[in-house]
Amino acid sequence: MKKIQRLEMRSISKSFHGIPANQDINLFIESGEILGLLGENGAGKTTLMNILYGLYQPDSGQIKINDKTIRINNPVESITHGIGMVHQHFMLVQNHSVIENIALAYKDTPFFFPNAKIKNKVEQFSKNFDFHIDLTKKVWQLSAGEQQRVEIIKALLNGADLLILDEPTSVLTPREIKELIFILREMKAKGHMIIFISHKLDEIMDICDRVMVLQKGKIVGSADTKNTDKNSLARMMVGRDVVFNTTREKLTKGKKTLAVENIKVIGDKGRRVVKNISFELFENEIFGIAGVSGNGQRELAEAITGIRPIFSGKVKMNGKDITNKSPRHIYDNGVSHVPEERIRFGIAPGLYLFDNAILKQHHLKKFSNWYFLNYSQIKNHTRTIVKKFKVSTHSINNQIRNLSGGNIQKLILGREISEQPQLLVASHPTYGLDVGATEFLREHLLELRKQGSAILLFSEDLEEIFELCDRIAVIFDGEFMAVLDSDDKQFSDIGLMMAGSKRIDPMEKQK
Amino acid sequence: MEDIIISTLQRAMVAGTPLLLATTGEVICERSGILNLGVEGVMAMGAVVAFMVTMTTGNPWLGVLAALAAGMMFSIIHAFASVTLQANQVVSGLAMTMLGLGFSGMLGKSYVGKPLSIKMEDWVIPYLSDIPWLGKILFSQGPFFYIAIFLALAAWFFLEKTRLGIQIRSTGENPKATETQGVNVFKLKYLSVITGGGFSALAGAHLSISYSKSWIEGMTAGRGWIAIALTIFALWNPARAIWAAFLFGGIFVVQYLLQPLGISPNFLAMLPYLATLLILLLISLKDPKKLNAPAMLGEPYKRGER
Repeated sequence: MKKIQRLEMRSISKSFHGIPANQDINLFIESGEILGLLGENGAGKTTLMNILYGLYQPDSGQIKINDKTIRINNPVESITHGIGMVHQHFMLVQNHSVIENIALAYKDTPFFFPNAKIKNKVEQFSKNFDFHIDLTKKVWQLSAGEQQRVEIIKALLNGADLLILDEPTSVLTPREIKELIFILREMKAKGHMIIFISHKLDEIMDICDRVMVLQKGKIVGSADTKNTDKNSLARMMVGRDVVFNTTREKLTKGKKTLAVENIKVIGDKGRRVVKNISFELFENEIFGIAGVSGNGQRELAEAITGIRPIFSGKVKMNGKDITNKSPRHIYDNGVSHVPEERIRFGIAPGLYLFDNAILKQHHLKKFSNWYFLNYSQIKNHTRTIVKKFKVSTHSINNQIRNLSGGNIQKLILGREISEQPQLLVASHPTYGLDVGATEFLREHLLELRKQGSAILLFSEDLEEIFELCDRIAVIFDGEFMAVLDSDDKQFSDIGLMMAGSKRIDPMEKQK
Repeated sequence: MEDIIISTLQRAMVAGTPLLLATTGEVICERSGILNLGVEGVMAMGAVVAFMVTMTTGNPWLGVLAALAAGMMFSIIHAFASVTLQANQVVSGLAMTMLGLGFSGMLGKSYVGKPLSIKMEDWVIPYLSDIPWLGKILFSQGPFFYIAIFLALAAWFFLEKTRLGIQIRSTGENPKATETQGVNVFKLKYLSVITGGGFSALAGAHLSISYSKSWIEGMTAGRGWIAIALTIFALWNPARAIWAAFLFGGIFVVQYLLQPLGISPNFLAMLPYLATLLILLLISLKDPKKLNAPAMLGEPYKRGER
């Protein structure tokens, strides 16, 4: 007999610092069912599940198990109610063995000789679900798929009837994904219920019985997977019909600046995250790369700007090979970079505005003389940027950490384009900024394009992509699903491409 | 010749005893992720309190208990600073050392140079002490020697073979994951720091009421720092700390032996630190993962930061 027959969340709302993450969400799930939660990053999927797992408390709304209202104050209470969660980033102690990790999580672990005493039970258990894991191995020695299975064992051993899986396939290889799907079906057959969070349409259609689509913290639709198709789900997920912008001036593109040829890049976890990508970029052009973040955008940007080694392939700037050259060398060849996490990679927070205004240019003749910095010149230069880019600060002798995100970003952009780069690589330049700052930065990008620079723009914001870009590539799992002109009618399916369900071959397009 | 070797080894055991106690304490503390550089200070506090209480009551065991209590209470400062306030553990630890050394000097001012007439009898183990060589070295020692070895073994057992041990070690490795399993990470860190402090104070008590039977300011003479080095040398394993501590105790004793031969004691005093560096280097070269250092050692844990 399962502890949970039916679980219901009723009009759940939660906001952080006044920004709503979940608004009036209703959800239910029954025994033997797999429910998909679909939505872009930041749509509120994880927040909702963290509420169910007791990590956050909802501002309003209630949770019901078998029609009885309950409160979940912390993860332990959630576990005793029969809820288990496998987080996107595994909650495992890397230096400990598998059995030690399980002993830590299992609620009936005896005090003395815990490892030896629960070993039999765990072995029996993993045999039931066809897991094959060496319990004495250290977690860091396991593959991502095996680590995930340890997490699943931890949850099931504690009697989880409802298992929440947060983006479970994002770290797995295709074979491991197949194995996971097999495990999930097995669990379903045994009467467990599963909430499966993903932004990948194919998986949702393949695994889930029912799917709910979240967008900006609200449920925008739900359907049985039998009665729906990927197209309508994609439309729900993206949430708007694609609008074509006309305010962008028509410019004829100039000569070729950047050429990327078949590059492959390895990610932090040792997996290949950029798979054989090629493209070219021309003067007076903005080339946008659209896609849900985490599909290789960061690594691609870092590879081009020299921060991350390129495994194979070539990057050329004006015909000159800049593959795996130092960031400084690449910068001196005309490539500027507005990085993704501006606080971590764009500035030195504890330094003054004027220091930050020349972070990559300190070696230029006009700012330094032998080993000495020319501060009067530097300060003048900073004042120019502050004025031109409307950075709001009371003084340039201010630590940059005291500025708001928008003002920091304005200074970074000002710094990066002050030397008229031939190519600007901009990663999510307006992420998290208010409307005013966003419009301001976009205008400057268009201005730069008019002056003859090429811009490579990474963004999750489709509105921004379509407003600014001449050509757009859609990236999914380290590959381009399509490279098209931004007014191409085929972009009505961009939701499908972003979810990896539709691919337009460049060859086909030319026909 | 035989006598010299036996007495040297015997004294090595005595010299290694406070090192073992303090190292065991530091291992427990660091395993929970808290670096405590205040060992030297806690040791000094333990030494002065044990001496004062023994002197006034005439009972060395009361002195030991008092030192234990004082060391644990004193360590609450470090636990509060590094766990509750999430302060920089290096700074807090150094402050503990200075505070402990200074405060103990002040407390013990009137006791300086007074000899302790009360003696802790050696525990001569029947039969075992008759074994040639080993009997004298290992089985007719003062009580602290046996206590230190017992506590080190017990600490090893607790850390490796109990649920609480897994929880403490997990706290030092990945406090966030540990907390989501329903473990009170803050409580465990407090517990570990305070227990560690108690061990350091015991080491101090051994110095003042058993080893030198007198009190003088600064009598810990850097042993606290050696214990911190030994913690690394023993790769955060209390069982390994046993032989490591006595090895270093041996180096202590040899300092005095070799002095007449013209070898500078300063050179020998350097050996423990040099050996630690060497071990670190060798293991790091071979396999950094084997170093076994708690992954989040010295990192303040902030709840709810995701």
